[in-house]
Amino acid sequence: MNGGLRRVLAGREAPVAGALLVVLAVTTAVNPRFLSDQGRFDLLVAIAITGLMAVGQTFVLVMRHVDLSVGSVLGLSAFMAGSAVRGDTGGPLVLALLVGVVVGVLAGLVNGALVAFLRLPALVVTLGTLYVFQGVQALLTGGTRINADQLPSSVVGFGVTGFLGVPWLMWVCLLAAALGGVFLRTRRSGRDLYAVGSNPPAAELVGIPVARRTLLAYMVSGACAGGAGVLFLARFGGVDSNAGIGYELPVVAACVVGGVNIFGGSGTVLGALLGAMLLKTMGVSLSALSVPEFWQQAINGLLLLVAITADRVVLLRRERAARVEAARHRREQADAEPAPPAAGAESPGHEGATTTEVVR
Amino acid sequence: MSRVLSWDRSVFVLLVVTVAVGAVVDPDFAGGSNLGFVLQDIGEIMLIALPMTFLIMTGEIDLSVASTAALAGCVLGWAWQASGSMAVAVLAAVGTGVVCGAVNGFLVTRLGLGSLAVTIGTLGLYRGLCYALLGDTTVADFPAGWTNLGFSSIPGTPLPYVTPLLVVLAIVFGVVLHLTRTGRWVFAVGQSVEAARFAGIPVARLKFRLFVVTGAVAGLAGVVYDLRFASARPDGALGFELAVIASVLFGGVSIFGGVGTMWGVVSAVLFLGSVRSLLQLQGVPGNALTIITGGLLLASVVIPVVAQRWSAFRERRGRALAAAAP
Repeated sequence: MNGGLRRVLAGREAPVAGALLVVLAVTTAVNPRFLSDQGRFDLLVAIAITGLMAVGQTFVLVMRHVDLSVGSVLGLSAFMAGSAVRGDTGGPLVLALLVGVVVGVLAGLVNGALVAFLRLPALVVTLGTLYVFQGVQALLTGGTRINADQLPSSVVGFGVTGFLGVPWLMWVCLLAAALGGVFLRTRRSGRDLYAVGSNPPAAELVGIPVARRTLLAYMVSGACAGGAGVLFLARFGGVDSNAGIGYELPVVAACVVGGVNIFGGSGTVLGALLGAMLLKTMGVSLSALSVPEFWQQAINGLLLLVAITADRVVLLRRERAARVEAARHRREQADAEPAPPAAGAESPGHEGATTTEVVR
Repeated sequence: MSRVLSWDRSVFVLLVVTVAVGAVVDPDFAGGSNLGFVLQDIGEIMLIALPMTFLIMTGEIDLSVASTAALAGCVLGWAWQASGSMAVAVLAAVGTGVVCGAVNGFLVTRLGLGSLAVTIGTLGLYRGLCYALLGDTTVADFPAGWTNLGFSSIPGTPLPYVTPLLVVLAIVFGVVLHLTRTGRWVFAVGQSVEAARFAGIPVARLKFRLFVVTGAVAGLAGVVYDLRFASARPDGALGFELAVIASVLFGGVSIFGGVGTMWGVVSAVLFLGSVRSLLQLQGVPGNALTIITGGLLLASVVIPVVAQRWSAFRERRGRALAAAAP
């Protein structure tokens, strides 16, 4: 029990959740309307889109890759989903979601195939597809836009209604986070993603199908971005050719603030979701505190820097502690059995070295 | 890719072919006024791509350059209004770039943080400071003598005033990268940080200085941007960071560092600018042009890999055939 509690507190989720609570408490104290029914609803709607994309991005980041194309995928999927259901009769919401997710998965397949099979650097590939998908969307829309009056009420209503006081958009995000979180934590193929991210060559050597897992991660990221496109369509009741432009870096920022290591190997979906919540809440609370909204970006950037600096400090401390521990161990062993020093002293020394290696 | 047709040479050939085809297809394209327009259009991207090449060659990256340029642009407007002297304002703007770069460099080289994460953070931070400085307003009362530098041409030529700046800086950066000790250090660090450190190269100091130079040039690009649009605005240069990085990578610089040439990058920026201009003249909508940028960027990484696999396959097959037929 005590160990479990300590583990929770030592993790990266607790401080982010704590910071989130502090922001909520302070803002509510100053402006009680912040967490009124409407205020809460608006806040959750604002979180849902970034949150969903952050869930998908986590899959890619823990593998030491990155998906910069998510903003363009969002725009493309929003437009395709909107086109599928617009018109006089109007398609059902399910169709929009289906189209959106399929578009996302296909986009993820392209990214994943390039990264996994051609072994190309993820940053370059997804920067390229960012532009390609954005251009495809621009060609398809041809400068037109889809407005709320062209969309069926089921889609528009999806963006403004909720269940149990939580917007439907947020339920989608939470469902994806729950599925993604359980998968990454408990499934063997989920653990594989962390193994690949910690040490790609070693993962290959122990027989993890690295290419297949990479493809899977990109398809999940694509699916989430595609789903986020439908959420975007529902939230704003329409889409134009600028949808999703510039969304990619805030999503990565949300993951990193939530403790997902940009060099792979660690981080959770819950953390990424909390990171997205913290960044979005910060923005909304600034306007509730009547601080000019443009401080939001500066504060979000600062938060990201604080988060990675804190991670680094913790890491260096742990490394030092591990070194001290290893040295102590070595000394004790040497004292205990001075006769064969080679074998006895070797193994803890090795352990110390391995810790530093993994940690770096 | 064979040695004769390395990637940077291919880009240069592509540039020449594009300009030649463009001149045949569309007489407007090769006209002087369009040439001036292209140079003006790529000015800021080209400026920032020069130091970015150095950074990527050492295995680092700076995503905050567009925000740095915007912040420098806002400082230019603010300092002009505060001091009434453009010379002071320009100095303040470039100084802002230096400070921004130094902050990035400090976080990366002193605290040992990853440059990708750091500069995503400072991207937001610097952009936020733009709004903090100017709010939602724009400064548009720069003296006409200065803004003329931004959008008129050098008398007697179709070239914009930014041309000499681009040429001089491109030559300086090219010479430093390929002909000086600092340049060799950059290659060495990009190939292997460990080896470079053992060889006595001051890796941290080198990287710190590269971040500072990148910030300074981004600040300069912010000034150029402001003069071109005759206004300082907090949302200036939005999204330029990815365009710059795409150009550098398309120019044959490896994202893993250690490989690349300055003239490959310069050719890439000019080529992308010419293609965009040519297609725009043919009436292709602006947003659709991003397909070209993205497709070319992908091609620049896909083609070498596919070519390499193809030749490996042929070699294998050749050996197998030779073994089968005694």
